[in-house]
Amino acid sequence: MAELTFSLIVMGISLFMLLNSAAVAVYAERRIAAFIQNRVGPNRVGPFGLLQPIADVLKLILKEDVTPTLGNKALHTIAPMLPVFTALITIAVIPFGEGIYITDINVGVLYLLAVASLGVYGVTLAGWASNSKYSLLGGLRAAAQMLSYELPMGVAVASVVLFAASLSVVEIVDSQEVWWNIIRNPLGFIIFTVAAFAEANRTPFDLVEAEQELVGGFHTEYSSMKFGMFFLAEYMHVVIASMLITTFFLGGYHLPFAGLWLPEMSPVWKGILDVSVFVAKTGFFVFFFIWVRWTIPRFKYNQLMKLGWEKMLPLAILNFVVIAGAILLYNEFF
Amino acid sequence: MIETGSIMGKGKPTFFKEHQNALYKSLEDKHTTIDVDDTDPLRTRMVLNMGPQHPATHGVLRLLIELDGEQIAKTKLDIGYLHRGIEKIAENKTYQEFMPYTDRMDYLSPYSNNVALCTAVEKIAAIEVPERAHYIRMIGCELARISSHLLYLGAMVMDTGAISFFIWTFREREKLYDIFDNLGGHRFTISHSRIGGVHNDLSPVCLDMIRTFVDEFPKELTGWGKLLNKNRIFYDRNDGVGRISTEDAIAMGMTGPNIRATGIAYDMRRFKPYARYNEVDFEVPTRLEGDNLARYYIRTEEMAQSIEIIRQCLDKLPKGPVRTDNAKKTYPSKDEVYYSMEGLIHDFMMTDTGVCPPAGVECYHAIEAPKGELGFYIQSDGTGHPWRLKIKSPSFSNLQGLEVMLDGEMIADTVVMIGGVDPVMGESDK
Amino acid sequence: MLEQYFPILILIGIAAFLSLAFMLASKLLGPKRPSTAKLQPYESGMDPLGEAKDRYSVSFYIVAMEFIVFDLEIIFIYPWAVRYQELGIGTFWAMMVFIAILTLGLFYTLKKGSIDFDLRRVPQNRPDIKP
Repeated sequence: MAELTFSLIVMGISLFMLLNSAAVAVYAERRIAAFIQNRVGPNRVGPFGLLQPIADVLKLILKEDVTPTLGNKALHTIAPMLPVFTALITIAVIPFGEGIYITDINVGVLYLLAVASLGVYGVTLAGWASNSKYSLLGGLRAAAQMLSYELPMGVAVASVVLFAASLSVVEIVDSQEVWWNIIRNPLGFIIFTVAAFAEANRTPFDLVEAEQELVGGFHTEYSSMKFGMFFLAEYMHVVIASMLITTFFLGGYHLPFAGLWLPEMSPVWKGILDVSVFVAKTGFFVFFFIWVRWTIPRFKYNQLMKLGWEKMLPLAILNFVVIAGAILLYNEFF
Repeated sequence: MIETGSIMGKGKPTFFKEHQNALYKSLEDKHTTIDVDDTDPLRTRMVLNMGPQHPATHGVLRLLIELDGEQIAKTKLDIGYLHRGIEKIAENKTYQEFMPYTDRMDYLSPYSNNVALCTAVEKIAAIEVPERAHYIRMIGCELARISSHLLYLGAMVMDTGAISFFIWTFREREKLYDIFDNLGGHRFTISHSRIGGVHNDLSPVCLDMIRTFVDEFPKELTGWGKLLNKNRIFYDRNDGVGRISTEDAIAMGMTGPNIRATGIAYDMRRFKPYARYNEVDFEVPTRLEGDNLARYYIRTEEMAQSIEIIRQCLDKLPKGPVRTDNAKKTYPSKDEVYYSMEGLIHDFMMTDTGVCPPAGVECYHAIEAPKGELGFYIQSDGTGHPWRLKIKSPSFSNLQGLEVMLDGEMIADTVVMIGGVDPVMGESDK
Repeated sequence: MLEQYFPILILIGIAAFLSLAFMLASKLLGPKRPSTAKLQPYESGMDPLGEAKDRYSVSFYIVAMEFIVFDLEIIFIYPWAVRYQELGIGTFWAMMVFIAILTLGLFYTLKKGSIDFDLRRVPQNRPDIKP
């Protein structure tokens, strides 16, 4: 019972933080973009423009909700709820600190992958239900892109599982107490990061939205908070992707080589330290996502598919095989 | 083949139905060798309407695209949404009065348009232009070229998805606007050139600004080169995209950087020098590939060449008047107007009747605008108004080539190709 | 065992509630002034031609089919990856053969051009500059 209460408390806090982090990420994106482009960025609403995301959401809520004629009303309504829903339920298995997690299930990795796969439905349905050609093209691209990049992502995660010999996310993080996976498995880290960019539909993989040719892609026909939910979900997915990179490859809440030198601490201090380390790592990757978006151009559709299928998937499989063999050899001789 | 579907029936069509239907018909007729019904019994092809209200078609260009998946089966261009009847307006204006309208043709390089009109009128009316005016015009034209190419660069790179780049190039354009502001009193629609010279001399402040710009801009250009030339994504997005053969480019009448990208060093500054381009030393960059990347390289190299031209102009800048002294041919200076009776009368006469070329004379004169060969054809009936004025606008010619380029490419490349061809609809539609 | 899934159930409930709440907020608070032009799907300011819900290119389906094949491969890999260190060298080679066969299949489909959306092959001869 005490365990359940604790996990409910963690759930409440982490949900609150996730929703807030989306708002913070929006603000950070706009400020960092402005910095990169020699501008000032939002600085009028509240101190340093910090209340800008709230103003945005309020504005969106008070806008008219339009469904195009002959669009599928039900699907048009459900579509934006899906990405938000999947982003929110992802945090269930992510450990934020030693013993600080909502739940630890023995198929945590599969749960994460399954939930991540659900995200594609929202985008595809949105494109299809809008009855607009631009949306449809965006939706189709989204489906093909997200499917293609799920494979290298899955194989990269499998190569992480090799080290932990467990599908529990908590145990994967524990296995990195001394050696982070980024050191043991650098290629896997790169593949996972690239795939995470693609899954979150961020530049250079934002063909789904492709403001220039497809206007808005799948959310061309969305207005008011329906659009706002896609917007919110995009930033939540950025945060979630950063969390996953941290968890799988940067040792989660562990400091570098923490197992070797970190002394025993009281649970409270350890918890504070762990969560701060986790947040710092996640924050860095959120910044990285934003940095990349405002610096480099976007891929073309066929280039993206070629990269996913011809380069990343074979590389990921090769990486997996080599690591599996290496671990076996290591166990044999040491 | 194309169904004017149920939506057409329900909504009220708000555009000319005949025009729409003719356009859809022409999309079907184009390339009659491809029989849509036979190759595609399942009707997987989709007709997509891109523009005029589209964020990336550089204004109001309209593309009617037949898509096969992500690939373009065929395209039809529809232009004319920015038609303002400039050529007809010219028939009711004196030559000088018409100049502000030329500003609004290719609104990215107004100075070149002014010079094009002036040189044409000077040719038909046999007006001598002082040396200094020629050099000032060259400086203005080359600044305008840089300004136009900067917008091309920003917009084209933004079309590939790198949004920040647009703002970086606009920071440099802002400096150019400041120079133009100091030069002629206008930032954008400058109208600084006059028939028989230019309106006013370069002020010392303006000269300083131009010198600073000339010194600093090449550094920016190298920086951008470092950012883009070695960028794998940018390179792949442009390499082999929108390729057009030399023969096609000539057949379609493409001009400017677009034809130079196919290997033909056709540049009016070299081919038929106007102003004093025969006295400055510059290169005409050419490439052989005829694709979008070639166009990108050519435009960046042209900017560097423009800087060289401006530098030489500043060195050679002769002393003397900036407008011809003949009061029958050009406006008198403001000093004369304010302090002498004759000056006032001449000013009045210039405004009322303007320059009168001989009756029955016609002439064509073209300059190398940033987009290509910009020519003015004038027929005179002896009055101060042209009897007929025809503009050969480079954007219009280049758009003809765009239609050829687009067939068979990817939908994601359309905007990159439009950006690469760099049309300005104000000029194309006139 | 199963009680570990209970928090997930609660989380799903909360997530569903939150997304519904967002949706309803704009439904209730936003104005409603529909007009014919506003309800038309966006087609760059022109009257839409035909419906968007037509058939579309088969290439997308091929990608989806390939995805299913390789996703299954990954699902087989996971349980093996957890236990293979204890199961010995035999299972290792079994898995290697399995992966090899599927990778061969991958290269076969790639060679066949299953993900080739760019059908127009442009000869690329640009000797001067290469990134």
